[in-house]
Amino acid sequence: MAATQEEILEGLAEIVNEIAGIPTEDVLLDKSFTDDLDVDSLSMVEVVVAAEERFDVKIPDDDVKNLKTVGDAVDYILKHQG
Amino acid sequence: MNSTNRTVVVTGVGATTPLGGDASTTWEALLAGRSGVNLLEEEWSAELPVRIAAKIAVEPGTIIPRPQARKLDRSAQFALIAAREAWADAGFTARAGEDPSVDPDRLGAVVASGIGGVTTLLDQYDVLREKGVRKVSPHTVPMLMPNSPAANVSIDLGARAGAHTPVSACASGAEAIGYAIEMIRTGRADVVVAGGTEASIHPLPMVAFGNMMAMSKNNDDPQGASRPFDVDRNGFVMGEGSGAIVLESAEHAAARGARVYAQAIGQGISADAHHITQPEPSGNGIGNALQNLVENTGISGTEIAHVNAHATSTPQGDLAEIKALRKVFGNDVDHMAVSATKSMTGHLLGGAGGVETVASVLALYHRLAPPTINIGSLDPEADADVVTGEPRALPAEGPIVALNDSFGFGGHNVVLAFRAV
Repeated sequence: MAATQEEILEGLAEIVNEIAGIPTEDVLLDKSFTDDLDVDSLSMVEVVVAAEERFDVKIPDDDVKNLKTVGDAVDYILKHQG
Repeated sequence: MNSTNRTVVVTGVGATTPLGGDASTTWEALLAGRSGVNLLEEEWSAELPVRIAAKIAVEPGTIIPRPQARKLDRSAQFALIAAREAWADAGFTARAGEDPSVDPDRLGAVVASGIGGVTTLLDQYDVLREKGVRKVSPHTVPMLMPNSPAANVSIDLGARAGAHTPVSACASGAEAIGYAIEMIRTGRADVVVAGGTEASIHPLPMVAFGNMMAMSKNNDDPQGASRPFDVDRNGFVMGEGSGAIVLESAEHAAARGARVYAQAIGQGISADAHHITQPEPSGNGIGNALQNLVENTGISGTEIAHVNAHATSTPQGDLAEIKALRKVFGNDVDHMAVSATKSMTGHLLGGAGGVETVASVLALYHRLAPPTINIGSLDPEADADVVTGEPRALPAEGPIVALNDSFGFGGHNVVLAFRAV
C-alpha cells in the first residue's frame, strides 16, 4: 500500500535524523536539505538511497538535483512510489 | 614574518591512546608503567595468528556525535580528538579567527597516517560485495584518503596556511611534526597543529603484519608481549590512537602569553636505501639521521638527557637504534635516560611519532622519563641506560634536550629534538 504524504514526511524525518542528526520535528516540508538540515551533496546521496529502500521508489541521479526541499522529496516520492 | 630561522615552541599537547582518552591520563599511565595491550575479543580475531592489540582506551564514538563520526574514518576521529585537545590546551578558545589570537591564514595543520583509512576501504568493499553498488557510502573516498585527518583538522580549526600529510610508514607522525617545525621556522605559518594517527586494528592488517613475522605472537601474555630491549622480544604489538601538539613561533606564543612546554629545536632525517622492511643493521642509516640532526640544530650529545626510542620490540630494529646512538654520541649515551613507551602503548604506526612526541615534551616539562616495562632481562647488546621500574628524574636544572626517534618501513628515519625551557 502506498505511503501517505504524512508517512513519507515522517520517514524522511527519521532518515535525515539518522544521517545528519537533525531532530525529527525540525524536518518540515519547507526546509532546504542543504541550507537548513546540514545535508550536503554527499549526504543527500545517502538520504536518497535510504528513501528509495523505504518507499520502494527509484530516484535517478538526474532527478536528485531537483529535490531542494523536504517538500520536493515528499512530492516526488508520492508521485513515483511503487 | 619572512624571517627564515625562527624559534619554535610547543604550547599544547593532546592524545587519545590505548592508555587514556587524553594526554594527561596517557602520561600518568606511562609513569605508572601500565600496559594498554589486551587480548582481542572480537569474533573475527578468533582464528588469527596474532590476537593481541592495544585498542584505544576511550572510544571516539563517545566524544564525536554520530552524524559527524559516520563521515570520518576511525583514524580521522582519533586525530580530531587529539588535535582539539592540543588546541584547547594551548589556550585557544575557538576556531582560528573566531579566537582573535590566531589568524587562520597563519595557521597550518600537518597530520600524518601510515596507512590511511584502511578500515573504511575494507568495510566498504564488504558492503559492495554483500549489499551492492547503491549501498557503498558516498563518503568512502573522503574517509579513506590518507590526507583526511589533516584536512578534517584544518576544517575544524580553520587552518588555512596549508594542510599536509607526509607518509613514511611508522615515521609518518614524526615527519609531520618535523614538517610543521619547518613551516614555522621558515615563516610559512605562526601556529601549526601537528601529529599522527592510526586505526588499523582490523583482520587484514593484523594478518598482513603477522605474515611478515613482524608482530609478537605472545597471545597468552598480552601485557607482556611488547618488550623492547628485552632478550625475549619477538615483534611489535599493534596499537591505535593519535597524538598531536600545537607548535608556535616563540614570538607568537610570547605575544599571547602562552604556556611553553618546550622548544622544538628541529629534526634530522635520512633514508636507509637498504631494504623495504629491514632496518640497516649496523645503525648507519639511523646514525645519518642523528648526524643530520646535529648539523641542523647544533646540539651536542652532552645536552641530551632523554631519548624516547623508536624501539618497537623487534629483534633487529631495537639494536640498530642503540648502535646508531653510540656511533654518533659515543660515551654521552651513558647519561641519556632511554625510554621505550611502546612497551605500554603498543606500536601506533603512523600515530607513534605523535604520541611519543607528546610523551617526550611532557618528559621535559615534568623532567621525568617514563619507564620501559617488560624488561625481564635487558639484551646485553642494548648498550644504553634503559629506564625500567620507576620513572627516572631528569636533571632538575638547565636546558636539557630530549630526542624522539621514529623509523618506518621503507627505511625512513626521523629524529626530532626538543629542549626544556
